Amino acid sequence: MKTEEVPQETAKTYGGVKKLLYAVDDKGEYTGVNSAGWEVETYVTMAAVDEIVRLRNEALERARAGKTSPLEFHMFDRRMELATLAATSGFWTWRVKRHFKPEVFAKLDEKILSRYAECMGITVDQLRSLPDV
Amino acid sequence: MFDTVTSFQHRQSAHCETGVVSNLLTHQGLPMDEPMAFGLSASLTFAYMPMLKMGGMPVIAYRMFPGSVIRGVEKRLKMKWVRRQFTDPKEGERALDAELDAGRPVGLQTCIYWLPYFPEDMRFHFNSHNLVVYGRDGDDYLISDPVFEQTTRCDRASLTKARFAKGDMEAKGLMYYPAQTPAHIDYATALPSAIRWNSITMQAPVPIAGIKGIRFLGRQIVKLSQGPEREKYLPLYLGHIVRMQEEIGTGGAGFRFLYASFLQEAAQHLDKPMLRSVAKELTDAGDEWRRFALLATKMCRGRAEMNPALLEKTLNDIADRELAVWKQLRTI
Repeated sequence: MKTEEVPQETAKTYGGVKKLLYAVDDKGEYTGVNSAGWEVETYVTMAAVDEIVRLRNEALERARAGKTSPLEFHMFDRRMELATLAATSGFWTWRVKRHFKPEVFAKLDEKILSRYAECMGITVDQLRSLPDV
Repeated sequence: MFDTVTSFQHRQSAHCETGVVSNLLTHQGLPMDEPMAFGLSASLTFAYMPMLKMGGMPVIAYRMFPGSVIRGVEKRLKMKWVRRQFTDPKEGERALDAELDAGRPVGLQTCIYWLPYFPEDMRFHFNSHNLVVYGRDGDDYLISDPVFEQTTRCDRASLTKARFAKGDMEAKGLMYYPAQTPAHIDYATALPSAIRWNSITMQAPVPIAGIKGIRFLGRQIVKLSQGPEREKYLPLYLGHIVRMQEEIGTGGAGFRFLYASFLQEAAQHLDKPMLRSVAKELTDAGDEWRRFALLATKMCRGRAEMNPALLEKTLNDIADRELAVWKQLRTI
């Protein structure tokens, strides 16, 4: 990549930050160049963000309909999926899955709930509830 | 007035760990730039790791495991790092404060998700982000995060959360700094051995690593395109590959440009023009990686027809180019 080829397609995902990339100048020497973003990268980042937002919204709907527990919604809301939640909370995957069942979740004691809340950085009350919008 | 602040020179880098290592060593009186830290630690790689997941997708690494730059530099320079991990977050905080009070900037391993100064769309659960803390101002830490242009701040609670986040590759509060730095680098011995070692790992007889790993990825794409979930899963999978290449860990073109830059530097230190021409070839491979990213993304977006065979061919081209590079470097 030549220095003039370093993409400057301002990425909203960068939040105004510029990255450093290494590129070759006209004498063939490598040098550091700031990049405002590359459309290719922005697209894949946004695709990953959108996918997790989609899962979040889907889980919210199901949680409102009583088909899953608020835990699943909060998991996606905190940009986690099953494997990450299991790893960060220290529960086995199958246990986390069981806790997605509304009737099981309703009976969970404070100790288990606070473990989830802790690794998500929210309070137990928040974990039990769903957002209004 | 700051409570405690060390004189630390912030330099932006393409990648976090190489940035932290080169900046900390430079601070200790051993001037080093980012490409040198990357090359000396022999950290370039390719690895397809289905057993390790990130966001539910297999980890595809373009550099060695987190921590390998720190370790690699340690080995090649025959120096030592002090590394401390903690079970109790409070103790981790106290130890960090004590180092800062003593005027020592330190490196930390953190989880990006909990760092509030990161742009929202980049905050994912990734446990191996490195940064330098160089001071403290009340309950704010002064941060030199090498992937940012400027220094920044982070509140105590968030930083502690980021240091002690659990999960894959968890940091356990890891804090590190050079214990003793050599006065100068013995390039004549360190460089050839680092380059040779990297050449060996890139040609390792393991199907999912190095050159073979690149071809493996191509076959994997073709295989998935014949599977039942191709409509939904394949675009996500391709997007994931590109994300791992460009964004996670950054470096651009899967770190190929960073290593090529190192080879140019090595050519000068060792007075071997051959390394310059190899650097050029590796740059070409890096450009090919970028073309692959562009192509794969077009296919994800439906702007080009999904063509797994073409993607596989591109990856095989890259593998051929890199094989030629590493064969030459093996003889250095």
